[in-house]
Amino acid sequence: MDILDQVSAKHIRDEIPQFDVGDTVKCDVKVVEGSRERVQAFQGIVIQKKGSGVSATFTVRKVSQGVAVERIFPLHSPNLAGLRVLRRGKVRRARIFYLRGLKGKAARIKEKTDRPSR
Amino acid sequence: MIGLIGRKIGMSQVFDEKGSVIPVSVIEAGPCPVVQVRTEETDGYNSVQIAFKEVGQSRSNLPQMGHFRKAGLPPYRHVQEFRVDDPSAFEPGQLIDVSIFKDAETIDVTGKSKGKGFQGVVKRYGFGGGKASHGVNKVHRGGGSIGMAAWPSRVHKGTKMPGRMGNARHHVKNLKVVEVDTENNLLLVKGAVPGSRNTILRLTTTFAKQG
Repeated sequence: MDILDQVSAKHIRDEIPQFDVGDTVKCDVKVVEGSRERVQAFQGIVIQKKGSGVSATFTVRKVSQGVAVERIFPLHSPNLAGLRVLRRGKVRRARIFYLRGLKGKAARIKEKTDRPSR
Repeated sequence: MIGLIGRKIGMSQVFDEKGSVIPVSVIEAGPCPVVQVRTEETDGYNSVQIAFKEVGQSRSNLPQMGHFRKAGLPPYRHVQEFRVDDPSAFEPGQLIDVSIFKDAETIDVTGKSKGKGFQGVVKRYGFGGGKASHGVNKVHRGGGSIGMAAWPSRVHKGTKMPGRMGNARHHVKNLKVVEVDTENNLLLVKGAVPGSRNTILRLTTTFAKQG
Protein backbone atom coordinates (compact mmCIF):
# COMPACT_ATOMS: atom_id res chain seq x y z
CA MET A 1 0.00 0.00 0.00
CA ASP A 2 2.94 2.33 0.45
CA ILE A 3 3.18 2.87 -3.31
CA LEU A 4 -0.39 4.15 -3.31
CA ASP A 5 0.48 6.54 -0.49
CA GLN A 6 3.45 7.70 -2.50
CA VAL A 7 1.23 8.40 -5.51
CA SER A 8 -1.31 10.38 -3.51
CA ALA A 9 1.29 12.17 -1.37
CA LYS A 10 1.79 15.00 -3.85
CA HIS A 11 -1.93 15.74 -3.88
CA ILE A 12 -2.30 15.82 -0.11
CA ARG A 13 -2.36 19.30 1.39
CA ASP A 14 -0.98 19.50 4.88
CA GLU A 15 -1.60 23.23 5.33
CA ILE A 16 -5.32 22.75 5.98
CA PRO A 17 -6.07 23.48 9.63
CA GLN A 18 -7.35 20.78 11.93
CA PHE A 19 -11.12 20.88 12.41
CA ASP A 20 -13.79 18.57 13.73
CA VAL A 21 -17.44 17.79 13.28
CA GLY A 22 -19.54 20.53 14.88
CA ASP A 23 -17.11 23.29 14.05
CA THR A 24 -18.23 26.34 12.15
CA VAL A 25 -15.91 26.82 9.19
CA LYS A 26 -15.51 29.26 6.36
CA CYS A 27 -14.42 27.65 3.12
CA ASP A 28 -12.98 29.77 0.34
CA VAL A 29 -13.99 28.09 -2.88
CA LYS A 30 -12.46 28.91 -6.23
CA VAL A 31 -15.14 29.59 -8.80
CA VAL A 32 -14.39 29.90 -12.50
CA GLU A 33 -16.68 32.28 -14.36
CA GLY A 34 -15.82 32.27 -18.01
CA SER A 35 -12.16 33.16 -18.06
CA ARG A 36 -12.21 34.83 -14.66
CA GLU A 37 -11.51 33.06 -11.42
CA ARG A 38 -12.73 34.35 -8.08
CA VAL A 39 -13.07 33.11 -4.55
CA GLN A 40 -16.44 32.51 -2.97
CA ALA A 41 -16.96 31.86 0.72
CA PHE A 42 -19.15 29.08 2.05
CA GLN A 43 -19.70 29.27 5.77
CA GLY A 44 -21.45 26.63 7.81
CA ILE A 45 -21.24 23.78 10.27
CA VAL A 46 -19.22 20.64 9.50
CA ILE A 47 -21.69 17.77 9.88
CA GLN A 48 -19.49 14.92 8.72
CA LYS A 49 -15.94 13.98 7.86
CA LYS A 50 -15.46 10.98 5.68
CA GLY A 51 -12.71 8.92 4.13
CA SER A 52 -9.00 8.94 4.61
CA GLY A 53 -5.93 9.96 2.69
CA VAL A 54 -6.37 11.83 -0.56
CA SER A 55 -10.02 10.83 -0.91
CA ALA A 56 -11.15 12.38 2.39
CA THR A 57 -14.17 14.67 2.19
CA PHE A 58 -16.20 16.78 4.60
CA THR A 59 -19.75 18.11 4.49
CA VAL A 60 -20.65 21.66 5.42
CA ARG A 61 -24.25 22.64 6.15
CA LYS A 62 -25.62 26.13 6.24
CA VAL A 63 -29.08 27.64 6.20
CA SER A 64 -29.24 30.34 3.58
CA GLN A 65 -32.42 32.44 3.41
CA GLY A 66 -34.42 29.69 5.00
CA VAL A 67 -33.08 27.05 2.63
CA ALA A 68 -30.65 24.52 4.00
CA VAL A 69 -27.63 23.91 1.78
CA GLU A 70 -25.15 21.10 2.25
CA ARG A 71 -21.94 20.99 0.31
CA ILE A 72 -19.39 18.21 0.19
CA PHE A 73 -15.77 19.25 -0.28
CA PRO A 74 -12.83 16.99 -1.04
CA LEU A 75 -10.49 17.86 1.81
CA HIS A 76 -7.43 18.04 -0.44
CA SER A 77 -9.11 19.71 -3.41
CA PRO A 78 -7.05 22.44 -5.08
CA ASN A 79 -10.34 24.33 -5.52
CA LEU A 80 -10.43 24.90 -1.80
CA ALA A 81 -8.45 28.13 -1.61
CA GLY A 82 -8.56 28.29 2.16
CA LEU A 83 -10.36 27.13 5.24
CA ARG A 84 -10.80 28.90 8.55
CA VAL A 85 -12.27 27.51 11.73
CA LEU A 86 -14.48 30.25 13.16
CA ARG A 87 -15.95 28.43 16.14
CA ARG A 88 -15.32 25.06 17.68
CA GLY A 89 -18.47 23.11 18.48
CA LYS A 90 -19.11 20.63 21.23
CA VAL A 91 -20.84 17.56 19.83
CA ARG A 92 -21.03 13.99 21.01
CA ARG A 93 -21.18 12.15 17.72
CA ALA A 94 -19.13 11.89 14.56
CA ARG A 95 -22.04 12.62 12.21
CA ILE A 96 -24.45 15.25 13.38
CA PHE A 97 -27.23 14.58 10.89
CA TYR A 98 -29.80 15.29 13.62
CA LEU A 99 -29.24 18.95 12.77
CA ARG A 100 -31.26 18.41 9.60
CA GLY A 101 -34.39 17.93 11.63
CA LEU A 102 -33.84 21.00 13.75
CA LYS A 103 -34.13 24.68 13.04
CA GLY A 104 -33.74 28.01 14.71
CA LYS A 105 -32.73 27.95 18.33
CA ALA A 106 -32.76 24.17 18.51
CA ALA A 107 -30.14 23.89 15.79
CA ARG A 108 -27.51 25.64 17.84
CA ILE A 109 -24.34 23.88 18.92
CA LYS A 110 -22.58 24.64 22.19
CA GLU A 111 -19.12 26.09 21.86
CA LYS A 112 -16.30 23.81 22.84
CA THR A 113 -14.05 25.25 25.50
CA ASP A 114 -10.83 23.65 26.51
CA ARG A 115 -11.13 22.27 29.99
CA PRO A 116 -8.66 24.06 32.25
CA SER A 117 -5.92 21.74 33.38
CA ARG A 118 -6.01 20.88 37.05
CA MET B 1 3.78 -2.58 -31.48
CA ILE B 2 5.86 -2.96 -28.38
CA GLY B 3 4.18 -2.91 -24.99
CA LEU B 4 5.00 -3.68 -21.40
CA ILE B 5 4.18 -6.15 -18.68
CA GLY B 6 2.87 -4.56 -15.51
CA ARG B 7 1.47 -5.29 -12.10
CA LYS B 8 -1.70 -3.74 -10.74
CA ILE B 9 -1.00 -1.95 -7.49
CA GLY B 10 -4.43 -0.55 -6.76
CA MET B 11 -6.63 2.47 -7.22
CA SER B 12 -6.33 5.99 -5.95
CA GLN B 13 -7.42 9.42 -7.03
CA VAL B 14 -5.69 12.54 -8.27
CA PHE B 15 -6.84 16.10 -8.92
CA ASP B 16 -6.52 17.55 -12.41
CA GLU B 17 -5.71 21.16 -13.23
CA LYS B 18 -9.38 22.13 -12.96
CA GLY B 19 -9.55 20.59 -9.51
CA SER B 20 -11.74 17.68 -10.57
CA VAL B 21 -11.12 14.30 -9.05
CA ILE B 22 -9.86 11.65 -11.47
CA PRO B 23 -10.07 8.01 -10.35
CA VAL B 24 -6.82 6.30 -11.33
CA SER B 25 -5.42 2.80 -11.42
CA VAL B 26 -1.81 2.64 -10.35
CA ILE B 27 0.25 0.15 -12.35
CA GLU B 28 3.85 -0.86 -11.81
CA ALA B 29 4.95 -0.99 -15.44
CA GLY B 30 8.23 -2.64 -16.26
CA PRO B 31 11.13 -2.26 -16.63
CA CYS B 32 11.11 -5.23 -18.96
CA PRO B 33 14.29 -6.59 -20.55
CA VAL B 34 14.15 -8.03 -24.05
CA VAL B 35 14.73 -11.78 -23.81
CA GLN B 36 14.48 -12.74 -27.45
CA VAL B 37 13.87 -11.08 -30.78
CA ARG B 38 11.96 -13.16 -33.28
CA THR B 39 12.27 -12.32 -36.95
CA GLU B 40 10.57 -13.27 -40.17
CA GLU B 41 13.63 -15.28 -41.30
CA THR B 42 14.13 -17.39 -38.19
CA ASP B 43 10.61 -17.69 -36.76
CA GLY B 44 8.27 -16.72 -39.57
CA TYR B 45 7.03 -13.60 -37.80
CA ASN B 46 8.41 -10.48 -36.15
CA SER B 47 8.07 -10.12 -32.42
CA VAL B 48 9.89 -9.21 -29.25
CA GLN B 49 9.79 -11.33 -26.14
CA ILE B 50 10.08 -9.38 -22.90
CA ALA B 51 10.20 -10.40 -19.25
CA PHE B 52 9.03 -8.94 -15.96
CA LYS B 53 9.93 -9.48 -12.29
CA GLU B 54 13.18 -11.23 -11.54
CA VAL B 55 12.92 -14.59 -9.83
CA GLY B 56 15.46 -16.58 -7.85
CA GLN B 57 17.41 -19.39 -9.51
CA SER B 58 15.85 -21.91 -7.17
CA ARG B 59 12.47 -21.05 -8.63
CA SER B 60 13.42 -21.68 -12.25
CA ASN B 61 14.41 -24.82 -14.10
CA LEU B 62 17.38 -25.38 -16.35
CA PRO B 63 15.61 -24.79 -19.69
CA GLN B 64 14.26 -21.49 -18.39
CA MET B 65 17.65 -20.40 -17.09
CA GLY B 66 19.27 -21.34 -20.39
CA HIS B 67 16.74 -19.28 -22.29
CA PHE B 68 17.44 -16.20 -20.17
CA ARG B 69 21.21 -16.79 -20.18
CA LYS B 70 21.23 -16.42 -23.97
CA ALA B 71 20.16 -12.82 -23.42
CA GLY B 72 22.59 -12.43 -20.55
CA LEU B 73 19.79 -12.14 -18.00
CA PRO B 74 18.90 -13.74 -14.68
CA PRO B 75 15.66 -15.74 -14.71
CA TYR B 76 12.40 -13.80 -14.73
CA ARG B 77 8.92 -14.81 -13.66
CA HIS B 78 6.74 -13.46 -16.47
CA VAL B 79 7.45 -13.61 -20.18
CA GLN B 80 5.28 -12.18 -22.93
CA GLU B 81 5.62 -11.55 -26.62
CA PHE B 82 4.67 -8.44 -28.58
CA ARG B 83 4.41 -8.31 -32.35
CA VAL B 84 6.51 -5.53 -33.87
CA ASP B 85 6.98 -4.20 -37.39
CA ASP B 86 10.71 -3.65 -37.12
CA PRO B 87 12.51 -6.20 -34.93
CA SER B 88 15.92 -4.71 -35.74
CA ALA B 89 15.22 -1.90 -33.30
CA PHE B 90 15.47 -4.34 -30.42
CA GLU B 91 18.23 -6.56 -29.13
CA PRO B 92 18.32 -9.08 -26.27
CA GLY B 93 19.15 -7.54 -22.91
CA GLN B 94 17.79 -4.11 -23.86
CA LEU B 95 15.58 -2.58 -21.17
CA ILE B 96 12.14 -1.30 -22.08
CA ASP B 97 10.56 0.97 -19.50
CA VAL B 98 7.41 2.98 -18.96
CA SER B 99 8.77 5.95 -20.97
CA ILE B 100 7.39 4.28 -24.13
CA PHE B 101 3.96 5.54 -22.96
CA LYS B 102 5.20 9.09 -22.48
CA ASP B 103 3.54 10.39 -25.64
CA ALA B 104 0.62 8.00 -25.59
CA GLU B 105 -2.75 9.59 -24.96
CA THR B 106 -4.47 6.32 -24.22
CA ILE B 107 -3.41 2.73 -23.65
CA ASP B 108 -5.05 -0.69 -23.70
CA VAL B 109 -4.77 -3.04 -20.76
CA THR B 110 -5.29 -6.79 -20.78
CA GLY B 111 -5.47 -8.96 -17.70
CA LYS B 112 -7.37 -11.60 -15.85
CA SER B 113 -10.43 -10.27 -14.04
CA LYS B 114 -11.49 -11.12 -10.52
CA GLY B 115 -13.55 -14.30 -10.33
CA LYS B 116 -17.16 -13.64 -9.34
CA GLY B 117 -18.33 -17.26 -9.15
CA PHE B 118 -21.69 -18.45 -10.46
CA GLN B 119 -23.76 -15.35 -11.10
CA GLY B 120 -27.24 -14.61 -12.38
CA VAL B 121 -28.05 -12.69 -15.53
CA VAL B 122 -28.66 -9.38 -13.72
CA LYS B 123 -25.07 -9.14 -12.49
CA ARG B 124 -23.50 -11.08 -15.36
CA TYR B 125 -25.15 -9.43 -18.36
CA GLY B 126 -26.91 -6.41 -16.88
CA PHE B 127 -30.44 -7.73 -17.48
CA GLY B 128 -33.13 -5.57 -15.95
CA GLY B 129 -34.72 -8.35 -13.91
CA GLY B 130 -38.35 -8.33 -12.95
CA LYS B 131 -40.49 -6.06 -10.84
CA ALA B 132 -39.84 -5.92 -7.12
CA SER B 133 -43.52 -5.85 -6.22
CA HIS B 134 -47.02 -5.49 -7.76
CA GLY B 135 -47.78 -9.17 -7.24
CA VAL B 136 -44.59 -10.47 -8.79
CA ASN B 137 -43.64 -13.83 -7.37
CA LYS B 138 -40.21 -15.52 -7.55
CA VAL B 139 -38.94 -13.75 -10.69
CA HIS B 140 -37.41 -10.57 -9.29
CA ARG B 141 -33.99 -11.21 -10.80
CA GLY B 142 -34.92 -13.71 -13.46
CA GLY B 143 -33.90 -13.45 -17.09
CA GLY B 144 -37.38 -13.96 -18.56
CA SER B 145 -37.95 -15.99 -21.68
CA ILE B 146 -35.03 -17.83 -23.24
CA GLY B 147 -36.60 -18.44 -26.60
CA MET B 148 -39.63 -19.31 -28.74
CA ALA B 149 -42.04 -22.31 -28.73
CA ALA B 150 -42.71 -25.06 -31.29
CA TRP B 151 -40.23 -23.45 -33.62
CA PRO B 152 -37.27 -23.74 -33.12
CA SER B 153 -38.06 -26.03 -30.18
CA ARG B 154 -34.63 -25.39 -28.76
CA VAL B 155 -32.63 -22.65 -27.12
CA HIS B 156 -30.41 -20.64 -29.45
CA LYS B 157 -26.70 -21.04 -29.04
CA GLY B 158 -25.08 -18.20 -27.10
CA THR B 159 -28.25 -17.31 -25.19
CA LYS B 160 -27.27 -15.34 -22.13
CA MET B 161 -27.91 -17.38 -19.04
CA PRO B 162 -26.52 -17.59 -15.50
CA GLY B 163 -23.06 -19.03 -15.09
CA ARG B 164 -19.46 -18.45 -14.14
CA MET B 165 -18.46 -14.82 -14.26
CA GLY B 166 -15.03 -13.25 -14.16
CA ASN B 167 -11.68 -15.03 -13.86
CA ALA B 168 -11.31 -14.52 -17.60
CA ARG B 169 -9.01 -12.49 -19.78
CA HIS B 170 -10.44 -9.02 -20.22
CA HIS B 171 -9.27 -6.29 -22.53
CA VAL B 172 -9.90 -2.68 -21.54
CA LYS B 173 -9.39 -0.22 -24.35
CA ASN B 174 -8.68 3.50 -24.46
CA LEU B 175 -7.67 4.10 -20.87
CA LYS B 176 -6.45 7.68 -20.61
CA VAL B 177 -2.86 8.02 -19.44
CA VAL B 178 -2.86 10.39 -16.48
CA GLU B 179 0.75 10.22 -15.41
CA VAL B 180 3.95 8.45 -16.39
CA ASP B 181 6.51 8.20 -13.60
CA THR B 182 9.72 6.88 -15.15
CA GLU B 183 11.62 7.22 -11.89
CA ASN B 184 9.46 4.75 -9.98
CA ASN B 185 8.23 2.85 -13.07
CA LEU B 186 4.65 3.79 -12.32
CA LEU B 187 1.81 4.36 -14.74
CA LEU B 188 -1.44 6.07 -13.77
CA VAL B 189 -4.44 5.50 -16.01
CA LYS B 190 -7.96 6.82 -15.62
CA GLY B 191 -10.46 4.16 -14.64
CA ALA B 192 -10.34 0.56 -13.60
CA VAL B 193 -8.17 -2.25 -14.93
CA PRO B 194 -8.95 -5.98 -14.65
CA GLY B 195 -8.03 -8.04 -11.64
CA SER B 196 -7.11 -7.60 -8.04
CA ARG B 197 -3.93 -6.19 -6.52
CA ASN B 198 -0.80 -7.82 -7.99
CA THR B 199 -2.59 -9.00 -11.14
CA ILE B 200 -0.17 -9.19 -14.05
CA LEU B 201 -1.26 -6.89 -16.88
CA ARG B 202 -0.31 -6.53 -20.52
CA LEU B 203 -0.02 -2.90 -21.55
CA THR B 204 -0.02 -1.58 -25.10
CA THR B 205 -0.62 1.76 -26.71
CA THR B 206 -4.11 1.95 -28.15
CA PHE B 207 -4.09 0.21 -31.50
CA ALA B 208 -6.58 2.44 -33.30
CA LYS B 209 -4.66 5.58 -32.41
CA GLN B 210 -1.50 4.27 -34.07
CA GLY B 211 -2.80 5.27 -37.50
